[in-house]
Amino acid sequence: MKKLSLNQLLIPFLSIILGLLVGAIVMLIGGYDPVQGFISLFEGMFGSPYAVGETLRAAAPLIFSGLAVAFAFRTGLFNIGVEGQVLIGWVAAVYVGINFDLPMFIHLPLALLAAMVAAAIWAFVPGFLKAKFYVHEVITSIMMNYIALYTTNAILRSVIGVTNERTESINDSASLASPWLQELTTYSRLHWGVLVAVLAAIVYYYILQRTTLGYELRAVGFNKHASQYAGMSVNRNIVLSFVISGMFAGLAGAMEGLGTFGSMTLSASFTGVGFDGIAVALLGANTAIGVILAAILFAGLNIGGLAMQLGANVPSELVKVIIAAIVIFVASGYAINYVVEKLKGNRKKGVEKK
Amino acid sequence: MNFLEVLYIVVPVALAYATPLIIAALGGIFSERSGVVNIALEGIMVIGAATGIITTLTLTDLGVGASSPWIALLVAMVVGALFSLFLAVPAILWRADQTVLGVAINMLAIGLAIFVVRVLYNKGQTDFIEYRIAKENVPFLSDIPVLKMFFINVQYTSFVAIALAFVVWFVIFKTPFGLRLRSVGEHPMAADTMGINVTKMRFMGVMLSGAFGGLAGAVYAVTVTTNFSGTTIVGQGFLAIAAMIFGKWNPLGALGAGLFFGFAQALSIIGSNLPVINNVPQLLLLIAPYALTILALAGLVGRADAPKSVGIPYIKGKR
Repeated sequence: MKKLSLNQLLIPFLSIILGLLVGAIVMLIGGYDPVQGFISLFEGMFGSPYAVGETLRAAAPLIFSGLAVAFAFRTGLFNIGVEGQVLIGWVAAVYVGINFDLPMFIHLPLALLAAMVAAAIWAFVPGFLKAKFYVHEVITSIMMNYIALYTTNAILRSVIGVTNERTESINDSASLASPWLQELTTYSRLHWGVLVAVLAAIVYYYILQRTTLGYELRAVGFNKHASQYAGMSVNRNIVLSFVISGMFAGLAGAMEGLGTFGSMTLSASFTGVGFDGIAVALLGANTAIGVILAAILFAGLNIGGLAMQLGANVPSELVKVIIAAIVIFVASGYAINYVVEKLKGNRKKGVEKK
Repeated sequence: MNFLEVLYIVVPVALAYATPLIIAALGGIFSERSGVVNIALEGIMVIGAATGIITTLTLTDLGVGASSPWIALLVAMVVGALFSLFLAVPAILWRADQTVLGVAINMLAIGLAIFVVRVLYNKGQTDFIEYRIAKENVPFLSDIPVLKMFFINVQYTSFVAIALAFVVWFVIFKTPFGLRLRSVGEHPMAADTMGINVTKMRFMGVMLSGAFGGLAGAVYAVTVTTNFSGTTIVGQGFLAIAAMIFGKWNPLGALGAGLFFGFAQALSIIGSNLPVINNVPQLLLLIAPYALTILALAGLVGRADAPKSVGIPYIKGKR
């Protein structure tokens, strides 16, 4: 296993601190008390069993979307299409959840599998276009997002037959819900999905670090031309990376469809799970453990934001500003490194002068 | 209802929806021609829309009257240009990944805009503006048979957008500034060798796209929605990016694509009330712009090639 250098840990931690600082400044400018704001934010994140339950519940889909983005990143690909793949996975899981009547040990895996396969097919498109026509995957996957948004709404209306904006609930045999977990967390919506997500993170690590496939995928990410020269099929790996990334994304949708909501609702806009996944992957440095921790942090911020609005009257949208600021700081790692090096340099000079 | 009468209804709506798309796509061209990917166009439009509405409301309170939305458009341009610095500074100076930045800025924009609205008005959306940019019949021109479809029920902002497309085309292809802008987007090292300041040109490209994006958002807000909420701008920025690509990074192409996408949007919204068109599934109209853009990129509907160095930070002395 490769060693984490201090800098690799430094940038995420500095970014989180700077991001929270930005949040404090925005609160001050808006005329709110940052101390009180942060106290209710953190209490809303981890302050009670209910808060912990909700945070973990919200972390499950983010772990999946984070893994999806991170997996593609490792092959040097940017899957900005997770947002759409989440919707496709969600609709497929709910469809199987409603329309089949099977024993749980078949039904639940089948619903999860449906989400994976549907989203993988969706993710295949940008991967294929990149490999075959050299089309940049960012643009195609953005376009696929909107096609997914309108298509899922159309499927919900015509195939599943939604009335009142929402599908009927899935059968219990496909549900991830757990009365025990709910009771443990004083009736949050926590479900088994978070365990499935941790399992997926282990699979993620295993594929990338312990299999030939993973080795090839990472090699293509490091250097396409060298991999080609070494006899790997770059195009095959690009498509595969997108398909596997799509599977993770589809499961993020299944978390919502089989766990949190047990249904799907017509929507005019995206869930945000996919875009948050980009933030998660980035902060987590594309590592399995990093993704889990970053997902818990961002999920907690999203959940705590609501408590902050109630407790300190600070608009919950502040959380989006904090998350965006953290991402901008992580992305600007070059500048942070530069400043840190400068500071170190100055200190050395100071020592020499003495 | 005959075909012509249908057009008299559809074309004005199409123009209204096409206008912000065209303006934002022109902004995208400035940024991408200079070599900076602008996924943040969506967020910049959000900021523009919020600025447009808040300024209009404030000016109306101050008694400025019917000219308030027009002044608001100018304010939104300035705010959009300043907001685009969140993209320009990390992308150009700190070599940050431009696509990641774009995603983050879109998040920042919606968070910041709603935060400000809550601070100012104590609720999640603004009131409706009293003075909007009105739909008018152009004198004389609206009396011409057939051609009048372009001049009835139209907002003057639509003509501004079309004129801007020609202006931007001239600036990009016929002026020294345009040549320099394109050269730093195609081959920054060669441009640098010839004494062009790559950093400065890219800053101008991104800030121009910020100004146009801000204007586009504000135009959409003061002509179509007339208030601001979290669902005012949902996807128009990305649709504008599609129009930019479908128009092959050419301002006149973007004009054509913007008009075409606006037409598709208009049909998807009012098509169910019209004969013939109500037989076309709405889904098809909704996804047409995105599907066609993918096909264009794949070379199936005329090849679309991006500026060569778009998305790559320029590092002096690196080959």
